[in-house]
Amino acid sequence: MKTLFTFSLLAAGLVATSAFAGDAAKGKVAFEKKGCWQCHGYEGQGGVAGPRLANTQLPEEALISFVHNTNATMPPFSEKLISDAELSDIYAYVQSKPKPADPKTIPLLNLK
Amino acid sequence: MSEPRKGSGPDRRGFLKGAALAGAAPALAATTQMADAQIAAPRHTPSALPPNAHQIAAETKVPGAVENRIGGKPGSDFMVDVIKTLDIKYTPSNCASSFRALHESLINYGENKAPEYLSCMHEESGVGMAHGYFKITGKPLMTMVHGTVGLQHATMAIYNAYCDRVPVIIIGGNDLDAASRPPGVPTFHAAQDINLIVRDYTKWDDMPTSLQAFAQSMVRAYKIAMTPPYGPVAISLDAGLQQEPIGAHGSGLYIPKLTMPSPPAGEMGAVKDAAKMLLAAENPVIVADRAARTANGVRLLVELAELLQANVVDQGGRMNFPNTHYLARPAAATAQADVILGLELSDFWAVVNSYTDNGEHGIGFNSPKAKAGVKLISINSVELLTKANYQDFQRFQSVDISMPADAEATLPALIEAIKSQMTSERRAQNDQRADKAKKAFADIRARETATAAVAWDASPISTARLCMELYAQIKDEDWSLVASEGNVSNWPNRLWKMEKHHHWLGRSGGYGVGYGAPASVGAALANRDLGRFSVSIQSDGDLMFAPGVLWTAAKHKIPLLSVMHNNRAWHQEVMHVQRMASFRNRPSNYGNDAGPVGTMIQNPDIEYHKLAESMGWWAKGPIKDPAQLGPAIKEAMAVVKSGQPALLNVWTQPR
Repeated sequence: MKTLFTFSLLAAGLVATSAFAGDAAKGKVAFEKKGCWQCHGYEGQGGVAGPRLANTQLPEEALISFVHNTNATMPPFSEKLISDAELSDIYAYVQSKPKPADPKTIPLLNLK
Repeated sequence: MSEPRKGSGPDRRGFLKGAALAGAAPALAATTQMADAQIAAPRHTPSALPPNAHQIAAETKVPGAVENRIGGKPGSDFMVDVIKTLDIKYTPSNCASSFRALHESLINYGENKAPEYLSCMHEESGVGMAHGYFKITGKPLMTMVHGTVGLQHATMAIYNAYCDRVPVIIIGGNDLDAASRPPGVPTFHAAQDINLIVRDYTKWDDMPTSLQAFAQSMVRAYKIAMTPPYGPVAISLDAGLQQEPIGAHGSGLYIPKLTMPSPPAGEMGAVKDAAKMLLAAENPVIVADRAARTANGVRLLVELAELLQANVVDQGGRMNFPNTHYLARPAAATAQADVILGLELSDFWAVVNSYTDNGEHGIGFNSPKAKAGVKLISINSVELLTKANYQDFQRFQSVDISMPADAEATLPALIEAIKSQMTSERRAQNDQRADKAKKAFADIRARETATAAVAWDASPISTARLCMELYAQIKDEDWSLVASEGNVSNWPNRLWKMEKHHHWLGRSGGYGVGYGAPASVGAALANRDLGRFSVSIQSDGDLMFAPGVLWTAAKHKIPLLSVMHNNRAWHQEVMHVQRMASFRNRPSNYGNDAGPVGTMIQNPDIEYHKLAESMGWWAKGPIKDPAQLGPAIKEAMAVVKSGQPALLNVWTQPR
């Protein structure tokens, strides 16, 4: 599964095109190793357990601060568990995700 | 046992003793003949002796009119007579010696009809099937369980049924007479108070010691189980009572007439007060959990909502309110309410409060999430059935009007009270409220579809894609989503058109994992008889608790399309263990898996399609490419329409 996942990202040229300070390829690895996928999905798409991270509107610094200090539903991950550099990589990774298609162009989301 | 068993008729113990002596007699005679032959050895005898008079008679005489070896109609036949008056269609059960007499009577004397015996691999499956069946038909099934161990197997499923307010009639076998029951295994399987282990989560239980008591007990059990709030009941049957002839219990046996009580409705004074409070509200919100017991409950709730132009939050314990209606709202709608009407809520506290699992020292904290001063009205029949031990009653929530009554039975009076109190001025506000509500509803739907589009082409397949590929294929059928265990981010409730009561059956009740598979099969059985198409979204962890129910579906030709949400984990626990590690500021040990040790179902991956195939299902998988999912569903649907169950093993995103 992981092989397939990596392949699909590389094939789309998504990992290499990140414009952010972090490294999206390293961010993908950290996203899986640190357990981000558990609540936010492998693609950062979000779900009932965690909000969408793919193409997040949150500034990078705000995301890093939130992860370290949250007292909301998500438990905090200290710098010992995940460094600022790793979070920068993760930020680059979730920003590298392709923009979702307009739902009006997806026939299954327009069933009568 | 009771005195009548020592009366004129041959009791079981005496009969067994006599049978043993009778069986020994021919052997004794043969031995004597052999001894005689040896003594007379010098005498010439023919190679074959001519038959004696007794042997000639045995071989040529027409047998006498002996009904059976016990000397009359067995008690279990009378039990079948009683059961048949209750119109119970099936008995999904795992066979066992402690109810062998009743089993024999059901399939032979009762001709295996009403109830028809369905072979189960596990008692939990039998109860789970009855659970799902009821939610389609509104009629209970009976399931038989074996002594101590069978009842122990059944307990988790009974607890689910209890928490989900579903009637199931559990018939247990037991062998009470310690002086005469067989030693060894049957004694391990006997107990002095066998129903004790389920008493905290059944509405009633009994252990009748005569056939007449059984008749009363069975009819009473049915009546109690089927009076709202519904719930499971348990009757333990003594092996002797089942096996001995009716004659031993005297004449004059009768079967009590069943008259169902009307469900408890709210007191009229409280109903009028509730109507007044709702009419005075600027933003009334209705929250429904297990409110609609029937399709009529849905109709009544729509009428009430439109009358008030009140938003409705359907918590999904049942299909209470069409999700296509412009007044349907997600849970967050309660935040702005000034009056909340709670209908059969399992947890009113959580409607107006939130719990955040992220406090100091790893302890969660509470916070209010409703407006200050919000007025609360509760109509809840479960208040009539509160027990002490198990905590299904949740936290105590103070309310302003409390009606311990059945919501569906109370809605007609509440609707009439609102109509009679509604002023023309209030009525005139409704059009404006409706326009506003329709716009808000359209906005919510647009946000939902935009969210579903994210990661649409992902592999593993997104839960939104899984659900919509499935819906596209079934939407033109008379479909029924019989279970959706495992969390798929509630996409069916968010995007499918759920308008009929059988479109959504709710969840397990007690959140005991292992409900989804058997409840799906039970509900699919009911839908088969009604000509409906059944589909389930089956999670991987749930299936593995008692997968033998797949065999039951194949054996009894129960058509069901089972599409797996296979995220290869007990995913709720993945997140729980990760959360604990974060609280404790240490990295979580994943071992060789993708998530915390002990929470993943991988290395090796389970090939559910092969598991299903081995038990007689058509199956395919693993499906990881979303483009392959639609065609596979089409293929599986053709199989299901031919009358067989089919399973698709689909690899999915976690949630």
